[in-house]
Amino acid sequence: MTLEMGRPQREIFGETVAALADTDPRIYVLDGDVGSSTRADIVEKAHPDRYLQMGIAEQNMLGVAAGMATMGLVPFISTFVSFAVVRPLDQVRVLIAQTGANVKITPSYGGLFTGQTGMSHIIVDDYAIMRAMPGMVTVSPCDDTEAAETLRWAAAYEGPCYIRLGRDATPRVFGDDHEFRLGKAEIVREGGDVTLISTGAQTARTLQAADLLAAEGVQAHVLHVATLKPLDVEAIVAAAERTGRVITVEEGTVIGGLGGAVTEALAEHRPTWVHRIGLRDVFVQSGPNDALLEIYGLSGARVADQVLEILRGS
Amino acid sequence: MSGTTIGSPVDAGELDRLREAARRIRVEVIRAVYHARAGHLGGPLSAADFLAALYFHELRIRPDEPSWPDRDRFILSKGHSSIGLYSAMALRGYFPVDELLTFDGANSRLQGHPDMTRLPGLDMSTGSLGMGISAAMGMALGARLTGRDVRAFVMLGDGECQEGEVWEAANAAPHYKLDNLVAIIDHNKLQQYGWPGDGPDGRIPPQVTGEMAGKWAAFGWRVLEVDGHDMAAILDVLAQVRVGDGRPVAIVSNTVKGKGVSFMEGHYYWHTRVIKPEEYAIAMRDLGEPDPAEGAAR
Repeated sequence: MTLEMGRPQREIFGETVAALADTDPRIYVLDGDVGSSTRADIVEKAHPDRYLQMGIAEQNMLGVAAGMATMGLVPFISTFVSFAVVRPLDQVRVLIAQTGANVKITPSYGGLFTGQTGMSHIIVDDYAIMRAMPGMVTVSPCDDTEAAETLRWAAAYEGPCYIRLGRDATPRVFGDDHEFRLGKAEIVREGGDVTLISTGAQTARTLQAADLLAAEGVQAHVLHVATLKPLDVEAIVAAAERTGRVITVEEGTVIGGLGGAVTEALAEHRPTWVHRIGLRDVFVQSGPNDALLEIYGLSGARVADQVLEILRGS
Repeated sequence: MSGTTIGSPVDAGELDRLREAARRIRVEVIRAVYHARAGHLGGPLSAADFLAALYFHELRIRPDEPSWPDRDRFILSKGHSSIGLYSAMALRGYFPVDELLTFDGANSRLQGHPDMTRLPGLDMSTGSLGMGISAAMGMALGARLTGRDVRAFVMLGDGECQEGEVWEAANAAPHYKLDNLVAIIDHNKLQQYGWPGDGPDGRIPPQVTGEMAGKWAAFGWRVLEVDGHDMAAILDVLAQVRVGDGRPVAIVSNTVKGKGVSFMEGHYYWHTRVIKPEEYAIAMRDLGEPDPAEGAAR
């Protein structure tokens, strides 16, 4: 199947938060001076009083968000993933996760697509870090539709959450009738030969890989895990039982990321043959999106190649 | 130094009441840390007078309704001085004074550093330095955005002001004209260990004289300086703060680390240390308490 192109998740962020602010007076966006990139400027244009410039000072921004949350407000964070996850990591840990603050950590520029910025801006360990943090819900929507759904869900959810959003347009996996449910993984393709488990924007490329694998006579079963925590262990176990062989595919480090999460779950609940495709202990360089997908093995074709290689070796 | 007094003058009886509250805070700090054989001393003792002025005079709070939405907020950004805050809260009626003896113990609500998820009345969890001021800014901003007459007070250590986040907040707060945000810097001139130099015990103060006030002023804050052990002066400065001028307020409270206990005053190594029984007796005598009966307190 050919997936049509969706819209950039960052635009969905600006539009969805602006729309939420139409009806919910608690909603604000706190911007670390990248609103013209993360499209928090859409919120500012629609609701100038709901846009709060916090300057280039992410530690303070996350702390201010925690304080605002105690006053009954719902801050959404606008910055890049690296500057929301690791730069203010201790503030997120002590002031937000530990206190259960109702702060929505919703940065974009997640994964490899960051406009050719390179190692300082490309962080691939965000899944691993955020899901390891006590009390932090961790979500990675796969496309524009799911991004909008997760943002609406976040506004209604009482508590801290991390939602990784992307900069650039990626293929659309779900239709407009899709419904995001926290902690529920979804089968996005049925097959009996091997189970591919994926998250975030990588899911679309994993589906492309599944098409290529079908042409080679391998029917892949594809599970999309939008919620890395709480993890849908039941669905992962069921998907593993379906084929007996699991390969995780992620736009992130396999150490502690989706690959880590799936491996942990299966080791405890149903020991299964597992391989992990993703970043392997590397910093990512700058470059055009397609080039990075090739270099780091995450394009549909490169994933298909790796799956075939893994299956041949098993 | 503080200028003209604004608001109603404080009578001598009120001053005596607050001085006694400060003395009691210090007594409970010593008792709890002696009992726990853990915890910090120098910081809570230097902050005791200001904590008494806040909790027994200035803060609009309801100890029997700790989550009252329109209360003034207080954040102890120098979270290691937690026992000073707990003592002020207990004496003010948030929880029984006897509970102070659970300080630092397993399953205690009085954790080594303040945990707002365990003890009602704590407005923020703190302990990792530099963070409280950002949360306080969020509270002051939140009050403004929701149209509530709520003030956010935050107490920082002078050593804590080495954390970069403090200055991120200092830079950001004036943009929002938050004159309902009050940062109190407990300027006790010592930190846990400090840089080596030509000062007491071979360490030098975190800042040179005048540096603290100058920095906050440079960031656009309204700066007030006060002798943090002079109760009348503290009340005077707090009265001035009630009338805002559009700028966030930094009160540089000049204090002595370990204040009130003769052998602790001015020595960095009493930042945190186990109190020996003979030291405990001297400390209690210094604080005007009767000599404890042999072994009774532990």
